[in-house]
Amino acid sequence: MDALQLTLGIPLVAMPLMLLCNYHVGGYFNIFATSLALVAAVCVAWQVLNLGPVQYMNGLFYIDAFNVYLIVLTAFVGFTTAIFSNPYMRHEQERGRLGPSRMRLYHASYQGFLFTMQLALSTNNLGVLWVAMEGATLSTVLLVSLYRTPESIEAAWKYFILCGVGIAQALFGTVLLYFAAVKAIGNPEKALLWSELVHHTAQLEPTTISLAFGFLLIGYGTKVGLVPLHSWLPDAHSEGPTPMSAVLSGLLLNVALYALVRLKMITDGALASASHIANPHIAGYLMMGFGLLSFLIASLFLHRQKDIKRLFSYSSIEHMGLMTFAFGLGSPLATFGALLHMTVHSLTKSAIFVTVGHTSQIARTQNMEQIRGIISTQPAVGWGLLIGTMVIAGFPPFGVFTSEFLLLTATMKAMPWLTAPLLLGLGIAFAGLLRAVQPMVYGVSPDGQRAVHVNMWPVTIHLLLVLGLGVAMPGILTHWFDQATHLIAGRGAP
Amino acid sequence: MFFAQLPVNEQAILALAAAVLLLTFFMLAHPRILSVINLFAWQGLLLAITTALVAYDAQASHLYISAFLALLLKAFFIPWLLKRMIEKFDMHHELDAVRNPALILMGAGVLVIFCYHTTLPIAALQLTITRNIIAICMAVVLLGMLILVSRDKAITQVVGFMTLENGLFFAAVTITRGMPMIVELGVAFDVLVAAIIFGIFFLHLKQSIDSLDISRLNRLTEKEPD
Repeated sequence: MDALQLTLGIPLVAMPLMLLCNYHVGGYFNIFATSLALVAAVCVAWQVLNLGPVQYMNGLFYIDAFNVYLIVLTAFVGFTTAIFSNPYMRHEQERGRLGPSRMRLYHASYQGFLFTMQLALSTNNLGVLWVAMEGATLSTVLLVSLYRTPESIEAAWKYFILCGVGIAQALFGTVLLYFAAVKAIGNPEKALLWSELVHHTAQLEPTTISLAFGFLLIGYGTKVGLVPLHSWLPDAHSEGPTPMSAVLSGLLLNVALYALVRLKMITDGALASASHIANPHIAGYLMMGFGLLSFLIASLFLHRQKDIKRLFSYSSIEHMGLMTFAFGLGSPLATFGALLHMTVHSLTKSAIFVTVGHTSQIARTQNMEQIRGIISTQPAVGWGLLIGTMVIAGFPPFGVFTSEFLLLTATMKAMPWLTAPLLLGLGIAFAGLLRAVQPMVYGVSPDGQRAVHVNMWPVTIHLLLVLGLGVAMPGILTHWFDQATHLIAGRGAP
Repeated sequence: MFFAQLPVNEQAILALAAAVLLLTFFMLAHPRILSVINLFAWQGLLLAITTALVAYDAQASHLYISAFLALLLKAFFIPWLLKRMIEKFDMHHELDAVRNPALILMGAGVLVIFCYHTTLPIAALQLTITRNIIAICMAVVLLGMLILVSRDKAITQVVGFMTLENGLFFAAVTITRGMPMIVELGVAFDVLVAAIIFGIFFLHLKQSIDSLDISRLNRLTEKEPD
């Protein structure tokens, strides 16, 4: 058994076991399974660090610098969120929002979701990547409707239909890509393999590829949450249980963006050599356009939110827009910044959702106008929420500041006039977040508001990691990001 | 190249593709829910036949498995599941009339022309058959989306969703002689799970809003509450 098989196998085996598991031990078993998977993922990273890009099981799986750090990140956030989810879901059960059988469903779906994420990241086959992305929707849709309120069922229906239709476009794009790839590569069994495609991009037929990229952008873009295909995201985040919001924001959006960037690399390679295509950088420009639009619109929408989870899901759209923009820009510096931003956003946003979950349990509502004085009721949660918000808004010296600074510098170098809307959007988002969070954490707490049982370790570790990444990046991570930048942008960051 | 000059098998594939597109048009405008499901089952049958034909034509034995899966899933299992729901909720005679059938059908026609237009640059490089097929598959995908947005009932929306999936399956089979086996199996598995989850959803919808009318799902918006 090698480490990758374990990384994938543990959640796959744990999924059916969770259905059988008594709900008292389900939460602990969930933590146990995710901790094992994290150890396995770190071993995979160790192998890749020593050996360089590795292919597993006859080329079924392919790990290089770009996906290896996402695999570790996914396993890590999966583990810390499982720690958070145990007391949180127990409390939800005590409030009578769900019964034992639905707790089993919850844990099984949680493991299923982690499996699809790791499969999407590690597979070498772009078709399997699609299957895993659709699998991620299927495994989480029953989680969105877990509470069975009319709102949650509406949110789940929207999520299912919108993401299903969106991801279907990506399958059409994949079929078109396969159509072009079979001609260039010959062997139909190998035509969708990333390790083959990346060496044959110049032979791919450019017109077909550009049409395919259009469909793939719509498809995976829906999952990234790009405006105007984003409307499932705030609904699903606000109505589902909070641990699910944490993993959706922290992991699913990243993995969808990962898929998009891989396909952009192929498209760029195919269009670069084409003489009759008007614009060889069309893929990058499309991503920049959609990214910037999402970024600006989401930062404006932050100001009119009433629900605390909707607020932070719009913040996720905003940051995903920024990353999409940066990958579209495509210079080495922008790519490096975007890779860093993927990491710090994922860590920070999942930490924020943990505190948001506890906050709404303390206040017994998600309506921000009724949440007051969290710091005086339970300082750990209140400060966690405030610091988390400051981090995501881009305060120095945290990692989000560093990556946003890199992205701004890269934009300034490549397209100076785009710096203005970026700065404006960051300012608007900053104001929107702080204005909403300030009265919730300070102020007088209402009568009868009591502290709840919490475990703040996940939040502390995440925020410390983000702080560490902002102050001094460890050598290993810089090395990986450099290699990934080489892969994506073709050159290293200066 | 003219239609009659193509080999017989390719002529048959093209004719079947045209029939699939025609069925999609019927599904767009038909007011009775039960009939829409029947039309969908016929479409699944045509898909299975086409896949078997392509498998015979291209000597690709793994496509016979896909054909069998399509027959099982799309011609029998999913229609059976939907009909069972209709029986359960006693909706035999319920209508889900489209508000403006003439407009929808004209819009659908425009969509088909748009698909042919978009695929023109590819057609310049390829044979006639591929150009027609790519355009038709793209049209079925877009018409599936049109069914989704023009219908109000959950069951007909699911039919729209599955029609879209049919268009994709048709594309994979006819344009590229089938995807690699592992992908085909994965996609079939996803469709199966999706169908089952839709079934679970109908029950939830019925319990929570006492209806399968999706237009009643309007609580979550960005609008200020009145």
